[in-house]
Amino acid sequence: MSDTINIEINGIPVEVRTGAMVIEAADEAGITIPRFCYHKKLSVAANCRMCLIEVEKAPKPVPACATPVTDGMKVFTKSPLALDAQQSVMEFLLINHPLDCPICDQGGECDLQDIAIGFGKDASRYNESKRVVRNKNLGSLISTDMTRCIHCTRCVRFGQEVAGIMELGAPGRGEFTEIGTYMERAVSSELSGNVIDLCPVGALTSKPYRYTGRPWENESHAHVSPHDCLGSNLQIETRRHQVMRVLPRENEAINEMWLSDRDRFSYTALQHEERLQQPLIKQGSEWRQVDWETALAYAIDGLQRVRKVDGAEKLAALISPSSTIEEMYLLQKLMRGVGSANIDHRLRQSDFSDDDGQPLFPALGCSVAELEDRDAVLLIGSNIRKDQPIAGHRLRKASRRGAHIMCVNPVDYAFNFPVDENIVVHPELMARELASIAKALLTLTANAAPAGLNVLLENVESGDAHLTIARHLQTASNASVLIGTQAMSHPQLSTLRALALAISELAGASLGYLTEGANAAGAWIAGAVPHRRHAGEHSPLTGLHTREMLNTGMSAYLLLNVEPEQDCANPAAAVRAVHEADFVVSLTPYITDDMRAYADVLLPVATFAETSGTYVNAEGKWQSFAASASTADDIKPAWKVLRVMGNLLDVGGFDYLTSEDVRDELKGQFETLTPTLKYQWQCPAVMPTKVSKDLTRIGHLGMYSIDMVVRRSAPLQATADAQIETAIVHSVTAKQQGLVAGDTVRVSQGGESVTISIAVADAVPENCVFLPMGVGGAVLGDAYGSIELAKV
Amino acid sequence: MSNFSRRFKSLFLSELRTGLGVTLRHFFKRKVTQRYPEEKTPLSPRFRGLHALRRYPNGEERCIACKLCEVVCPALAITIESEQRADGSRRTTRYDIDLTKCIFCGYCEESCPVDSIVETHIFEYHGEQRGDLLMTKEKLLAIGDKYEAEIALARQEDANYR
Repeated sequence: MSDTINIEINGIPVEVRTGAMVIEAADEAGITIPRFCYHKKLSVAANCRMCLIEVEKAPKPVPACATPVTDGMKVFTKSPLALDAQQSVMEFLLINHPLDCPICDQGGECDLQDIAIGFGKDASRYNESKRVVRNKNLGSLISTDMTRCIHCTRCVRFGQEVAGIMELGAPGRGEFTEIGTYMERAVSSELSGNVIDLCPVGALTSKPYRYTGRPWENESHAHVSPHDCLGSNLQIETRRHQVMRVLPRENEAINEMWLSDRDRFSYTALQHEERLQQPLIKQGSEWRQVDWETALAYAIDGLQRVRKVDGAEKLAALISPSSTIEEMYLLQKLMRGVGSANIDHRLRQSDFSDDDGQPLFPALGCSVAELEDRDAVLLIGSNIRKDQPIAGHRLRKASRRGAHIMCVNPVDYAFNFPVDENIVVHPELMARELASIAKALLTLTANAAPAGLNVLLENVESGDAHLTIARHLQTASNASVLIGTQAMSHPQLSTLRALALAISELAGASLGYLTEGANAAGAWIAGAVPHRRHAGEHSPLTGLHTREMLNTGMSAYLLLNVEPEQDCANPAAAVRAVHEADFVVSLTPYITDDMRAYADVLLPVATFAETSGTYVNAEGKWQSFAASASTADDIKPAWKVLRVMGNLLDVGGFDYLTSEDVRDELKGQFETLTPTLKYQWQCPAVMPTKVSKDLTRIGHLGMYSIDMVVRRSAPLQATADAQIETAIVHSVTAKQQGLVAGDTVRVSQGGESVTISIAVADAVPENCVFLPMGVGGAVLGDAYGSIELAKV
Repeated sequence: MSNFSRRFKSLFLSELRTGLGVTLRHFFKRKVTQRYPEEKTPLSPRFRGLHALRRYPNGEERCIACKLCEVVCPALAITIESEQRADGSRRTTRYDIDLTKCIFCGYCEESCPVDSIVETHIFEYHGEQRGDLLMTKEKLLAIGDKYEAEIALARQEDANYR
């Protein structure tokens, strides 16, 4: 049987893949067949009947979406029989569809409107009453008008096939069919916003965008996701230079046609009331609104003073990992230009001991699209479903294909795919579990162990779970070991990484990172790390990493898109450090009371939508974008602010005209140097096997608390994923501590404390307290440090 | 012949008489000149003058912010901003018509699905400053409230032909 066969559509010969449906063949040939329920990324349901066509020798019209092509088939999409069938179906669909187009948000981009014009009858014959369906509450992101629903079931199939949620369904039959949740509750999926795009009518629309705009008045700008390391392609729609909504931009290599809710709805924070509108300087204890010239002069003056008095090595710069590569490059150039290499973007990292052995940038180890071809994946400290929803979706696809997904996590995360081996252990034991897997691999493979590994693994035992993981990894033709975002704050990160490398080498798997922020890869390439200059060049001047900067106390800090009380691995220490510093300059889009307390100069900078720039995603792909929206006059893109600061500080080479100049300079050097830094094996000195007696905190990083913008998006903060108000302990631990669910406790850590109620769940290992970063306004110590509970 | 007749006509001023005859006839004809502004011409119910926003008899504004008038306006004179009102309905927060741009084509009225934006028979209005001709939602609703009876009558008269 050949791969392709020949059919004829409307007399035009078309060559199609065997087994394709007629509608796919027509789409490829550019012949329009109307459809509602058919979607190329979903299974075929054939329940709307809109795509009825005539096929030669078929007694009656057949649905194009569910009719496979056969050799020599003759299809007519415009014959009187087909047109009549389509018109009749349209008439049926419109029987119960309300005539409320003028107040419907789908108006102007509605499939039903378009197809009714193109394929419907021109007059209505229906005079009877129409049905009304009660609206469902689907949470803070999706607004429903269920009377408009035409039961195409795209949303139900999306939930089951793509998002992995079984919450949406279509109970009832015939006239009584209703789409809704089986139980009265909000849909809690990290990809739920996609049903808005999928819905061909106005039954499911965007709640934040509700009634504010029309598609025809929006201007569309190509952009890149600012919140995760995959660099999902998106389309920012603006009206009168203001962001109205965000839509996905199709890119099969990254996000296909989906977008995570975080990327889709974070724009709602752009007009937040905390937005800083004008430069501010602190004189005495008074904040004064000033113009940019004064503010910059004041900032430069303060930095120069510190540089003169305490030396340049007392200057420090912290930058958010979601800043653009231009901002990172200019900031490190500025810092190194004034004689300090104290710059870092790894705000949430605790263990920096293997810095020198790091690759050029933390890469995914394969392309995003290849994730779905994996046969076995080992996740280490990753809640991939929530941390990188699009990558989680790819893994789910792999899993549906039969891939083995395994994890070693400090929490039993709820994945939307089956996990073959789910090892949930106390964070301090994660390294031991990895060692056991490595040991199991050593018994299975003839591959040589990296130097020193055998000695290290002498006292390590491996159980059945480890053997299974090892076997899956080893037998898979393409396997991946992925170190996730939750592991980045782990105090033994270097040990975890070394063991992950050993496992990947022994199993012949690729090693990858799922970093936090949109541009961690770009940060390494731009040189926003203390030990390397841009493009991986060795830095003659070695600076301090985040932890050292915050623990030793610097005299001046330059912060870019950073809130130390929220963005650092040890917020308490970070807040203390910035409070004790002589001079703090913060380039920030938002202003908070905390900033007023510690900063000396606040410079308003643009957010992702208002600046041009480049993000480098985890596979190393550079994606540039232009500014989509404009801001108030006194809010400037950060790269321009840094350019002026560079010139004011007399650091040479800051005469850029556009952000493209900055990018091209970096890219040029990157290409001429063609760095080939690989991850180097560094054998961990000791194998941590003991668990401390104290309670250990699991400072989980919530998907909606990762950066300044997301934290201020009201609709995202109202979702179930963001509404964590309790600390969670294991039932055994609760009994030991004399606690029951609902008790209020005082949690103390790092010299700070917070009062919070307790929930009991066995998803958390014993002797641990699951307390996400920033919950209940908590500014506590290390993400994974010892913690004290006291019943109030 | 032609030479003779020309001389005859010019000698007896016959063309002047014909002309004066026309003048004389008009002395006794019915007068059609309107003494504006004391007198006014009758206006068609389709006359397109100053805009107004109408309300329903219960006082609820008709406009539902569908933005069809905004998009159909060939002079880009209309600016609308909308939101979900506290009661859940779709309403405008801003409805501006820049009368200095408006060409009074009537497309806005034509496109309105709820007969909210209408053009009244008012043509005598002026602005002393440029901003005076920038109609806001409040001004437009006030015009609608004031002339509702006449607006409704004009719609009714024209209803048979729509």
